[in-house]
Amino acid sequence: MGKLKRSIESFGITAIRFIDGIGEFSLFVGRTGHQLVKRPIRWRLVLRQIEWIGIGSLPIIVLTSLFTGGVFAIQLLIALQMFSAENYVGNSTLQSLTKELGPVLSALMITGRCGSAMAAEIGTMTVTEQIDALRAMAVSPIDYLVVPRVIAGTIATVVSCALFDLIGFGGAWFVGVHLKKLDPGIFWSESMYWTDPKDLVQGIIKAACFGLVLSLIGCHRGYQTTGGAEGVGRSTTQAVVIASVAIFVLDFFLTLWFFQEP
Amino acid sequence: MSDSIIQLTQISKRFGSQTVLDQLDFAIGRGTTTVILGRSGSGKSVLLKHMIGLLRPDQGAIWVDGTEMTRLSEDQLTPIRRKFGLLFQDAALFDSMTVADNVAFPLREHTPLTEAEVATIVAEKLEQVGLNGSQAKLPSQLSGGMRKRVGLARAIALDPEIILYDEPTTGLDPVLADGIGRLIRDTQQRLKVTSVVISHDMSLTFSIADKIAMLYRGKIIEQGTPEEFQRSRHPVVRQFLDGTSDGPESVM
Repeated sequence: MGKLKRSIESFGITAIRFIDGIGEFSLFVGRTGHQLVKRPIRWRLVLRQIEWIGIGSLPIIVLTSLFTGGVFAIQLLIALQMFSAENYVGNSTLQSLTKELGPVLSALMITGRCGSAMAAEIGTMTVTEQIDALRAMAVSPIDYLVVPRVIAGTIATVVSCALFDLIGFGGAWFVGVHLKKLDPGIFWSESMYWTDPKDLVQGIIKAACFGLVLSLIGCHRGYQTTGGAEGVGRSTTQAVVIASVAIFVLDFFLTLWFFQEP
Repeated sequence: MSDSIIQLTQISKRFGSQTVLDQLDFAIGRGTTTVILGRSGSGKSVLLKHMIGLLRPDQGAIWVDGTEMTRLSEDQLTPIRRKFGLLFQDAALFDSMTVADNVAFPLREHTPLTEAEVATIVAEKLEQVGLNGSQAKLPSQLSGGMRKRVGLARAIALDPEIILYDEPTTGLDPVLADGIGRLIRDTQQRLKVTSVVISHDMSLTFSIADKIAMLYRGKIIEQGTPEEFQRSRHPVVRQFLDGTSDGPESVM
């Protein structure tokens, strides 16, 4: 009986914490949105963040996209060879890249590199009272720290996604044309013919949503940090885990929504 | 209470099961220097943070210059906070910015001054705390005492009406501590600012205070001029003033 009671209690506490967390995050998003529309955007800070998130993430985006495109093309070739349909490898890879791999993987890369850093940076500022110092100097930390990161995170994820698509296609081209000796003209024309610009737009919309969510989660976790260096570490881990899961869940619902669109 | 610039009425604050402030009543006189004493962990910093709205009381009212601030939103608090300068206990410098950028921060945020004018004021404020020439250093390159002095320069950068000092001399050698005491006194006399100082430093306390108050178990148990305070018969105050471990407050 005692064990059952403890289990129910534990479930209840977890449920309350979860609902509490959702409520806190919603308030945080609301406050960020409020500052975004109410105050002039600090473009200097946004540009500095774009430089750090976007330009700084270029090497990992280039590497992951090149190898993802290449590996995807190899796997597809294995399947398509069975139907003598190798020439469709370009468009199949491109569609996968634009609709799913580009937005999801670039967002995950940026979460690992920048969402975690946002949580660590803001978390450190929270535990060392730098956030309170901003407030004491009548400067909104949301306006000064969160809004620029959210705008920059969104823009950088969109640009990274477009780049991921492009370089990933380059990887597929290398595998198809250079390794498997497919006809470059057919590879190109088939890829362009079958790829709908709508797919590209949907991928970009996904990337924008993922960028927004990963930045908000990174900043929120940082903002909620308590308990010194250990707390900063915990926030950083939570930022990566929560944002990664959120990206996959959001991807499902966005895909479902696009699928239902005429 | 027309001469009070800050008025706290029946303030209570709890963190979990711990009551830090317990129906506390206190007033800070305009243009005066008030020193709040209390043992470590007695809630002095919490009290200071309530005065500037960084913490909100669970109950009670806080009036600053005629405005009741406990129900104001963060945005509505902005004009009130601009009256304040706050020196944090650990300075709370922005560690990604240089000393100059730290001191210049409130000037850049709240004044239309040119960069040349900002640089002049930064040099002037750093001179006042004995650190002119350290503009290009990062907080990580400074000692604890130097960081505190940069924090002080930042707190007074905008010449605020009210300056809150959270342990301004902790970590400083006696000579520097005396210099900071003099700076607090000079700033108060020159600009007629209101100063609220939290300190354990009895020599600083008696050299700068117009009024001394003692915080104990969430309440102000004694307050008065330095002379009145020294004559206090309250056993906790006596123990604190005498600096002995024998008394109503146990050490461990």
